[in-house]
This record gives sequence, C-alpha cells and structure tokens, in this order.
Amino acid sequence: MKRVSTARILVTVFFIGLLSVPLIVRYRSTQTKGSQSGGPDALAHYGFSLQEVSHAAGIDFVHQAPSLDTKLNGIMPEVASMGASVSIVDFDRDGWPDIYVTNSAIGSRNRLYRNNHDGTFTDVAEQMGIADVNQPGTGVSMGAVWGDYDNDGYEDLFLIKWGRPELFHNDQGRGFTRVTEQAGLPAWINANAALWFDYDGDGKLDLFVGGYYPEDVDLWHLRNTRMMPESFEYANNGGRKYLFHNLGNGHFEEVSAKAGIVSRRWTLAAAAADLDGTGYPDLFVANDYGVSELYVNDHGHFHEAGKAVGVGFAPKSGMNVSFGDIFDQGKFSVYVSNISEEGVLIQGNNLWVPRSGSALKYDNLARDLGVELGGWSFGAQFGDLNNDGNLDLYLVNGFVSLDRQRSYWYDFAKVAGGNSSIIGDAANWPAFDGRSLSGYQQKRLWLNDGAGRFIDVAQTVGANDRYDGRSVALADLWNTGALDVVVANQRGPLLVYKNTVAQGNDWIEFALEGTKSNRSAIGAQIMLYWDGKEQLQQVSGGSGFASQNDRRIHFGLGKNPQIEKAVIRWPSGAVQTLDNLAPNRLYPVKEPE
Amino acid sequence: MNQPTMQSKPDGPQSAANSGFRGWTPLSSRLNPFLPPLFITLILLVGNLSFGILESYSKTVLAIVTAMAAEMVLGRIFLRKWPHPASAYITGISVGILLRSPAFWPYALCSLLSITSKYALRVRNRHIWNPSNFGICVMLFLAPMSVASLSIQWGNNFASLVVIWVLGSVIVYRARRLHVTLTYVVCFVGLSFLRAHITGDPWQAEISPITGPMYQLFIFFMITDPKTTVRSRLGQSIVVAAIAVLEFIFRLNSSIYAPLYALFWIGPAAMLIEMGLDSRQAAKTAGAQSPDRKILGV
Repeated sequence: MKRVSTARILVTVFFIGLLSVPLIVRYRSTQTKGSQSGGPDALAHYGFSLQEVSHAAGIDFVHQAPSLDTKLNGIMPEVASMGASVSIVDFDRDGWPDIYVTNSAIGSRNRLYRNNHDGTFTDVAEQMGIADVNQPGTGVSMGAVWGDYDNDGYEDLFLIKWGRPELFHNDQGRGFTRVTEQAGLPAWINANAALWFDYDGDGKLDLFVGGYYPEDVDLWHLRNTRMMPESFEYANNGGRKYLFHNLGNGHFEEVSAKAGIVSRRWTLAAAAADLDGTGYPDLFVANDYGVSELYVNDHGHFHEAGKAVGVGFAPKSGMNVSFGDIFDQGKFSVYVSNISEEGVLIQGNNLWVPRSGSALKYDNLARDLGVELGGWSFGAQFGDLNNDGNLDLYLVNGFVSLDRQRSYWYDFAKVAGGNSSIIGDAANWPAFDGRSLSGYQQKRLWLNDGAGRFIDVAQTVGANDRYDGRSVALADLWNTGALDVVVANQRGPLLVYKNTVAQGNDWIEFALEGTKSNRSAIGAQIMLYWDGKEQLQQVSGGSGFASQNDRRIHFGLGKNPQIEKAVIRWPSGAVQTLDNLAPNRLYPVKEPE
Repeated sequence: MNQPTMQSKPDGPQSAANSGFRGWTPLSSRLNPFLPPLFITLILLVGNLSFGILESYSKTVLAIVTAMAAEMVLGRIFLRKWPHPASAYITGISVGILLRSPAFWPYALCSLLSITSKYALRVRNRHIWNPSNFGICVMLFLAPMSVASLSIQWGNNFASLVVIWVLGSVIVYRARRLHVTLTYVVCFVGLSFLRAHITGDPWQAEISPITGPMYQLFIFFMITDPKTTVRSRLGQSIVVAAIAVLEFIFRLNSSIYAPLYALFWIGPAAMLIEMGLDSRQAAKTAGAQSPDRKILGV
C-alpha cells in the first residue's frame, strides 16, 4: 500500500510536470524572436533597417480586389482574395530596376513604375500600353513575369489572369505590343502561377503556367456554384497545367502532357531551378489543398518525384516557392508557405533542405531553423538584407482583414472538414459577413544567423505593416548595394521598404546576359567563393508567390571579404569563372560566345 | 486501499481491451479485445493509403509507442501486472490521427498526458475522462501555438466515409453501443437544423462536420468508451444527448472543437453523478439491511 501511495504521489507530480511542458515550450519559442523594441537599435543590432518610402518615392498604388459573380457574394472576401502581385524588371535597360504591379478589379489599371534614378518612380504603364489589361470580358490580373522570349535584349511581359492570359512584346523599352494571339496562348486560364524558364536548353525561354480554378470556369458568369475544391487537402479538380514551348518564331506550342506534366491540383506558386545538377531546370510546384509536386527534368522530359524526394507527402496549402542556399553550401533549399493559425490549424511552413549525398532527398527543417510559423503565409523571398553573407527570409501573410473582433475561422473549419459534396459548392458556405480570416498579421523577417537559426526581426527593423500581404520581391532599387523590399498587398497599398545597411558589410552584384543561352540568362547559376564560404544563387524567371525578383544577383559578403572567384554555369552548359573580383561593385557579365 | 483497479466491462469497444491480458479469444466473440484496435488500425490504413492522412508514420508510431510504454509502466506499478496493451494502442493511435502538429513532441506529450490521466485523475478508483479526449483537449488548451486537431484535414471522399461508417456501425453494434452512436447522430442532425434556423447559415454547413473524419473517430471510439461512460443504456443515451446539446451551445459560440470539449465536460460530470447515485443507493441498501440505522435516521 505504501508503495502505491508513493507511486500515486510520484505520478501526480509527473502529471503536473507534463502539464507544464507546453508552457515551457511557449516561453522558449518567444525567446527566439528578436527584440520588439523597434526604432534606432535595428541598425546596431541587426545591421540594417527598413523604411517604408512608397509615398515619398511617388508610389501611391492601392490594389483593388476582383468582384466576381454575385452568386459568390457571401464568400467574396475568400474567393476574391488574390491578385496583388509585384515583379521587378529593368524594362528599358537603363540599369535601374523598375516595378510592375497588378490590379484586379474589372476596369482597374496595372502600373509600371519607371525608376527615375533619384529615389522616385513614375507610372508609365498607360503610355507603354500595359495598364488597361483588366477590361470587362477578359478577366483580371493575378501576376506578371518578365523574360526576353525573342532574345532581342528587352524583357517581355507575360501576364497571368483569372481570364485571358496576355503576352506583351517589349519594343525596345519604348512601348509594348500585345502578341497574345500570335503566340498561340489559350483563350482563358484561371492561374496564379507562371514562370519563364528554358526547360529544354535550346536557348529560348519557355513558359510554365499553373492553373488554379479550372479553365472552363468564368468566375464572372458562373453556370453554378460548384466551383470550390472537392477537398481541402486532396483536391484534384483545379486548373490544368500548361507548358508552352517557345518555337522561336513568336509562337508557342503547348506541350505539358508530352513533357510529362499532368496535374489538376490547385497551383498557387511555382519556381524552377536545376536542383539535381543535370543542367536542366527542375520545376517545383506548390499547390493549395494538396501536396507539392516536384517535376524532375530529364533532358526536357519531366517526371513527378515529389513523394520520392520527400516533399510530396503531407498535403497542406502551398502558396510559395522560393530557393535559397541558406547554409552557404552550394545547394538550394526550398521554402513553401502554408497556413498556421493558433489553436485551429497548424500546417507549418516547409523549409525543404537537401540531404548531403548525390540522391535528391529533402527534409523539412522549418521548425528546427525557426521559420515554420508565419500565420496565413503567402509570398516569401530569400535575400541577404544585412549583407552579412547569409541569406535571410522575408515572408508576407494575412488572408482577409476585415472586422478585427470577429473571425470566420469557425465557419471555415466547419465546412472544410465535411464531405466533398458540401465543400465543393459555394452555396453551402456561410456568409463572411464582414469577418476576418487570419487578418492583421505580423510579417516575418527572419534573419539568418549563419549558425542554423533564423530570428524574426520584422518588428524591430521596420517591417511592421499589417496588410494582407501576397507578393514580395527583392531588388537593389537605388543601386546602393542593399536589397530593398517591395510588397504587394491585397486590397492594400504597394509598400516599398528602403533598406539601409550599416557600414562595414560589403556586397557584390552581377547582371548576366546570355548569348548561347536565353538572353535574360534565366536559369544561370552563380557560385560565389569568398572567405572560405560558397553561396549559390540564380537568375529567376519567377519565384515566391506571383512575383519576380530583380534579375541582377546580389551577394552580401560580410566584413573585409576576400573574394576568391565566381563560377557561372550558364543554361547552355557553358561554365565561366570570374577572378579578381572586388567587393561593392556591380559586374555586368556576358556569356562567352 | 488506494490501488486503482482496471475494471472490466464486457460490453464496449474498449472494455476487453482495458481488462487485464487474458490471451486470445475467438474473432467472433463480443469480447474480442483485438477488434477495436483492428478497426481503428483499418481506419488509419484506409485513410493513409487512399489519402496519406498521416503527416508521417513516425509521429503516429511515436504516439502509439509512448502510450503503450506509459501504460505498461504505470499499469505494472499500480495494477501489479502487465495491462492489456490494446487500450493504450487505441489511445495512441487516436492521438496519432486526431492531433496535428509539425513537431514530434506534442505526439509524445499528448499520449503521456492521456495515459497518465488514467492514473493521476481518479475518483473512487475510476478514471473519469476518456484518455485521448483528455489529452487532446489539454493540448488544445495549453499548446494552441503548436497543435491543432484533425478538423479540416483528411480526405473528403464519399466512398471512404461510407466504408468507415459501415464498419464502425458493425463494431459498435457488436459491442452493444450502437444506441450511443445513433442517439448522438440523431441529436446532432436535429440540432444542426435548429442551428441553421438560428444562425441563418445553410443547413448543409451545419451538417458538414459529421460528414468529416474527426466525427468518425469521435462517435465510434470516444463517446462509446465504456470505461468513461455510465452503465445503463438509458443513462448512456441521456449522457450522449447531453454531449450533443452542450456541443450545440459551443457551436453557437463558434467553438471549433465543440464535440471534444463537450465530451471533456459532460463525460466526467456523468461519471460523478453516477458515482453519487451509486453511493446513495449503497447507503440505502446498507440502511435497509441495518434496522438500527433506520431507527437512528442516518
């Protein structure tokens, strides 16, 4: 009896100890966040600070959300929750990055902000002919990616829409000509993801488009309300995928099935990079309501290997794909954003880190590295914001910010967990009634400490807006050697965060131009070697969520760097080594003929 | 004596599982301790093979192994014999399915909390909370930043729904618990229409939860657990109806985990009431057998 009594005391103590574990975990997790004090300490503590300067820079854009068929009025905030996007392009080749942003109400205008070289921008979309692209009957803009498909030296514009996709030819920076019909593009795609890449290595940029809603759905003229996903984790009734092969005569041939890309998952983001060292870009696709897909490129033919490499097993709500060599080891990790709402749904974002060895395998280390929980996450980009030589991670989030006091989460979870016949019909969904759904969320700016840990410093360094962020792009907008941040918000303003980096940390930038490869050099990879470190970066034809960073590549170097060399692997397969590089310079590099 | 006893009740899905290990029994027997574990394993396998419901096998295995290990250790200490592992297996597998977290530790902690609660929280030598319900609710209360329960996850496919409902009904019928499940379902559906009337939301939205996966585990395993429900059939039906009513109230207040929380409160309350009634009955019986006490008016 005495033994049992003692045991009961011990088990009670043990039980109380168990109950305290979550509290301890919560306390420890708060310790990983950066100081919340904000203000002048940011430069000293973290080596950089951000200042939102859009108004001073002459940018006063506010995104307008689409207004779809009135049958969807009850849940309009949910279904019309995308469309804000930003992409960076030097459309006039003046050496200064410009900004293109999409708008999403019928009749609304997109903007092209030309860099005035003095800290300000001027909207020239109207005079360039790429503003009035949301006309009735043609759908509305969802994103834009830039690539020089005809290798004439000027970046052309591909506009994805819930509606008629558009291709605009850049007429030497003086204007744009709509060439959609000549290109042979489909009449209607409901897409949020697109990217330029040269999948077959022929020196011409091809185009991938990932559908979201099925392409036979006109969201302004619904035949019925059965247009929602059939499941919230296993939906296969979304839009189809497209792979447009560039034939070189201004015409594109749709070859997705022939090339091995067949899927009807609800794609929200995609990006391409040569992940397995074959010289051909592989395609990583993040899908809402399901698993991610990795299409491994075998000399121009793809096979889906998501499960085989470990990224395609757990279904979540994929909304972002971005690549970053976060450990300076010459390999890309992949960041996929998902949904996390305390007490409701903890999917957690994924940071897929490649295993060492020759076989392509990934482990999700988001929790271990501290970049797992980001709210209702959307776009994210890697970039070295304090030039310390480690890639940091900027994440925007927030789904629907309406009434702060009332949440739609209960109704969302109630229906989303049910049978497909209920979920799939928008008429069965309770009305939003002005409520928020994961709204007013704090952004994340995770600073990579170089020792395997990311620390959120967003509030401290000045990234403290609470808009519904969708798309984020990085660029050295003012040619200062610092990466600035541009954020597109749904039903919110375009934000431009000017980056001030503390003195001492150096940098180097490269502007690549292909000759045998596509002229945009999209897919070219640079491995920079300095101070015993190596870091891999690439020219991207679209990454994040509905965004595209500047094609120029930026490396932070830390203090007093000794640069050994840079090795460029061009999409053509050519390898070029650059020696005698000096920090704090931009190097234009042309591919050897 | 302070020693807990694992009382065996032969008429429930977990009852035989909760009793001491007594060896194999024929599959056809109502007392077969392996039937409920087999059924819940089947749910797991069907769900995972058709939809990949598990974030990873390793987390579910962790939950199961932790629950079984805890049961073995605590059972050995308190019962002085090796307890049958099936009950802990069901608890572990329920945790593995119902709990969702990208981390590993919540699975181990939830299983530990669930099993330990059976030994730490006892009233008159009985544990009064359904173990996995207790563990999951505590995790949702204390660790909302790290866990969620299976609510919007899992396939929403009609075929798998039918298979699980048919199999589940057969199992609870054989365990003489079908009335519990049916009472709850009838109450839930009726109250769903009432909720739709009150809120103005589509009735399909109110019915929707019961067509989802969380409820399949809830109505076939949690509310039918004989160790944490009252004895009489009428009492069981009243209790489960009360759970549905409290859930209805929670739902009107937008509680996402309304059924789990309703069971968390009603289940122990029903057990305590039954114990109180048992005490009164025992006192009456004792009084009837003791003329002196009647005379004394005790």
